[in-house]
Amino acid sequence: MKVSYYPGCSLHGTAKEYDQSVRSVSRALGIDLEEIEDWSCCGASSAHSTNFKLSIALPARDLIAAEKKTQDVMVPCAACFNRFKTAEHHLSHDPALKAEVEEIVGGRYQGSIAIRNPIDIIANDIGLEALSAKVVKKLAGLKPASYYGCLLLRPPEVCRFDDAENPVLLDRILTTLGAEARPWSFKTDCCGGSLTISKTTIVTKMVDKLMKMAREAGANCLVTACPVCTANLDMRASAGAKLPVFYFTELAALAMGQEGPEGWFKLHQTDPRPLLQGLGLL
Amino acid sequence: MNTFLEEVNEKINGVPIQRCYHCRKCTAGCPMTSAMEHNPNRVIKMIQMGRREAVLNSATIWLCVSCETCITRCPNEVDIARMMDVLREIAIGTGVGAKEKNILKFHEAFLTNIRVGGRINEPSMMVHYKLKSGDLFSDMAMGMDMFMKGKLSLISPRTKDMKSVRRIFEKTKQS
Repeated sequence: MKVSYYPGCSLHGTAKEYDQSVRSVSRALGIDLEEIEDWSCCGASSAHSTNFKLSIALPARDLIAAEKKTQDVMVPCAACFNRFKTAEHHLSHDPALKAEVEEIVGGRYQGSIAIRNPIDIIANDIGLEALSAKVVKKLAGLKPASYYGCLLLRPPEVCRFDDAENPVLLDRILTTLGAEARPWSFKTDCCGGSLTISKTTIVTKMVDKLMKMAREAGANCLVTACPVCTANLDMRASAGAKLPVFYFTELAALAMGQEGPEGWFKLHQTDPRPLLQGLGLL
Repeated sequence: MNTFLEEVNEKINGVPIQRCYHCRKCTAGCPMTSAMEHNPNRVIKMIQMGRREAVLNSATIWLCVSCETCITRCPNEVDIARMMDVLREIAIGTGVGAKEKNILKFHEAFLTNIRVGGRINEPSMMVHYKLKSGDLFSDMAMGMDMFMKGKLSLISPRTKDMKSVRRIFEKTKQS
């Protein structure tokens, strides 16, 4: 299948291992990614926290650019995904706002393409059977706590691709890779990512709680689909609480025997290699 | 002259907040209540009572992380996350400013970075924030570590058609 691709700013910076692993896994699964031409930032939390119209107009510029191709757009960053879905929601429910935003951006928004997260595309379009067929190294012994965070699934009437309180698609993908996804109650509890720079003390407490709860659930790592969550969990956990944090696509690439994972793991703050070596996975 | 409640409702442009029957589900699920001086349910009550200054001058409206747990669980579909955005917008627009100054400074540094290059360049955005906030030395060691690992890209691709990005900022500028 062919989809448009919106990497977003983080995937060209501190989350480059997410970008590279999404591209690598997509190639292997037959998902052809076409980057949106000359995209700009979605505005993230800072736009909607301070200026509503700006927070709709910035993603609208990208959506209009994406609509030049009649194919779904894959948005791997949960924060960008949420801003795109929110813009789509407002533009399709508020004709006056739509007209105003079209004038601001200088283009027509048709609402003709679906905004998709890679979890959704891999689990629902490619399918777990096709994914399973590509696995050459089962991730035996890896016990991830799947962490969806806030922005993939809330609010449910905007995001709607998995349950908002107890999502399961990421767990199913991890199980398909041969890992033993641990059941836990904190899949969608906030990690405080948007305040990680400006309110570090508060955020450290939130991250430590998640790490502690993951440990109590028997997990030996956390798995995300969000560069903000990953950076926050990986940077802010206290020394005694730390667990390795992976993007789910890094683990998919590892299980598929692809080139690349070891180089990506070197970029993590908490080095996951000792854990993987101990399990004979690296 | 609008009451504060009417002003907030008009800007939310959705379910009016008087639909709230104070079940406090929003507050039970909010991850930030322990850091807030007024919990989300109390903010709604304060708006209903017209306590404009106290609400706009509170740290609460800046500490909300927009996790959207409140709107997900509200039985009356009151969009509390959007309400917090609206309150921040009013505080900026009326010159009250931000009780949590560094949070607003972070947002400003972030948006300036987009206005200049169309996309965020993380190192230059961080330098800008540090200069604005005066919080120069925190995370220095971590920053160096990330740089040595090759995680920080000092130069990253930016948007080419900057005219269209600048136009968006110009046309959405709040007076």
